[in-house]
Amino acid sequence: MSPLLYLTQQTINALAIGSLYALVSIGLSLIFGILRMANFAHGDMMMVGAFATLLLVHAGVPFGVAVVGGVLIGALAGALVERIAYRPVRGSSDVTLLLTSLAVTYILENLGILIFTSSPQNFPLPALLDDVVSMFDGQLIFTRINVLTLAATGVALLFLGWFVTRTTMGLGMRAAAEDLGAANIVGLDVNRLIIVAFVLASGFAGLAGVLWAAQSGVVEPAMGFTPLLKAFIAAIIGGFGSIPGAVLGGFLLGALETMIVAFLPSSITPYRDAIVFALLIAFLLFRPAGILRVQGEAKL
Amino acid sequence: MSAPLLDVRDLEVAYGAVTALRGVSLSIAPGEVVALLGANGAGKSTLLRAISGVVRAKRGEIVFDGAPISRLPPAQIVRTGIAHSPEGRRVFPGLTVAENLRLGAAARGAAKAEWLADRETFYDLFPVLRDRMNQTAGTLSGGEQQMLAVSRALMARPRLLLLDEPSLGVAPLIVRGLFKALASLKAKGMTMLLVEQDVRMALSLADRAYVLRTGSVVLSGTAAALRADQVGVAAAYLGTHQGTKPI
Ligand SMILES: Nc1ncnc2c1ncn2[C@@H]1O[C@H](COP(=O)(O)OP(=O)(O)OP(=O)(O)O)[C@@H](O)[C@H]1O
Ligand SMILES: [Mg+2]
Repeated sequence: MSPLLYLTQQTINALAIGSLYALVSIGLSLIFGILRMANFAHGDMMMVGAFATLLLVHAGVPFGVAVVGGVLIGALAGALVERIAYRPVRGSSDVTLLLTSLAVTYILENLGILIFTSSPQNFPLPALLDDVVSMFDGQLIFTRINVLTLAATGVALLFLGWFVTRTTMGLGMRAAAEDLGAANIVGLDVNRLIIVAFVLASGFAGLAGVLWAAQSGVVEPAMGFTPLLKAFIAAIIGGFGSIPGAVLGGFLLGALETMIVAFLPSSITPYRDAIVFALLIAFLLFRPAGILRVQGEAKL
Repeated sequence: MSAPLLDVRDLEVAYGAVTALRGVSLSIAPGEVVALLGANGAGKSTLLRAISGVVRAKRGEIVFDGAPISRLPPAQIVRTGIAHSPEGRRVFPGLTVAENLRLGAAARGAAKAEWLADRETFYDLFPVLRDRMNQTAGTLSGGEQQMLAVSRALMARPRLLLLDEPSLGVAPLIVRGLFKALASLKAKGMTMLLVEQDVRMALSLADRAYVLRTGSVVLSGTAAALRADQVGVAAAYLGTHQGTKPI
């Protein structure tokens, strides 16, 4: 087997999984940046996005439209969670925030189980997207959904980059993440900025949920749990609170996991997650603030 | 004196159990520059924060241009015409100078052409900001950050500018430049409430001044009178002065 093709194959694998981590960790970092809160319910927006897409497809909506609808419903769910559950406890102690977000997670997942049962359901991916593309006599293999994942992530990241550097609202969101008190003094509508941050974060998580379901073939209420943990690692590696850091961390984590599977003996593969966590701890000992440190900790 | 632009009546503000302002009254006429003096912890910043709606009053009223504002959220207070350049500058360190200025105009929902044009006027007022416009604000010197903080507040096109210790942590030469810029703003008719530790600087710019001590006004008068009565001002600071001197 050609080493170059092997490397290309591993790069595709790494990018496909890294994209998903990046999409989820962006939202975690965005919310943490502004509210200094670890939003455990974030992973459940993946579930909401994926189930909403599934329901829309079952209702006869064309797949592409259903995906857009699912992402929008995920975004809306995030905004509702902020408005109903988080705003009343805003500014409370870290423990209160933590318990609130855990409570929201339990409520959403149990709601998912109540409606859809806890057994996995098939994700109705059109056969066309499930096609395996095989090149160079099977030395390079990927599915169309891998390509779609990369394309969708690319578009989402470009949109986010444009939003946070070119629009007043996006700049305001970054300002709020740097100094919420100063954003308030300057007269930015902080409540609105926070809602927008949740809409963006949850929309990205919803998209990740749809892509995750498309890659794994199934949807289930607890599907957000593992990606959420991974996204936390990614966000922390990159520098919790930093958007570019979350993207970087997501792709680094994808690369790391792929390398462990690709280059280490297969007997080690089952311990992949343990190795990743061990490396994270080692990394944090050397660089507690992550790769891209977040500036401006001043708070009012 | 014409009808005041800002009228603070019997204001009381507390942080939890700590009372920071105990019945402060103060007024500012249109076009007037008023200095707010006092030792550390006297309540100067608290008064500015209460005016801009960042902290809530327990008692009393704040009337701006004839309308009560003490129950409005900060964003709406900025829109009615009060901008605040806060203590410690509080520029957004990871945003560029240009982006910081743009956000100053966000509260009033300025159209792009409008904030672009306004930004040029502050690049003209402080040319160093033009040189640094694409640098992140965190990389600026203290003086440059202060110019940025003042300009960011002015981007809101306020009718009243609240300035909290613009000289804090700024080199003396730069402070003089800054006060020259403030004097030119005053000449154009800008109304200001200026908190300053540097009494001499403050009284050179202000028309009138109030001295706060532990949350109460202990002395007030025209800047000229207070300049002449340095012993009285020092006594008010230290707490040996009793009662309020009428203007
Ligand atoms: N966020 C806060 N929480 C609790 N107490 C506060 C807070 N901010 C200020 N205080 C207290 O309120 C009082 C007035 O503080 P304030 O900051 O208004 O004083 P200041 O005159 O601006 O002082 P300085 O010259 O040091 O800036 C002080 O006793 C201070 O300790
Ligand atoms: Mg102060």
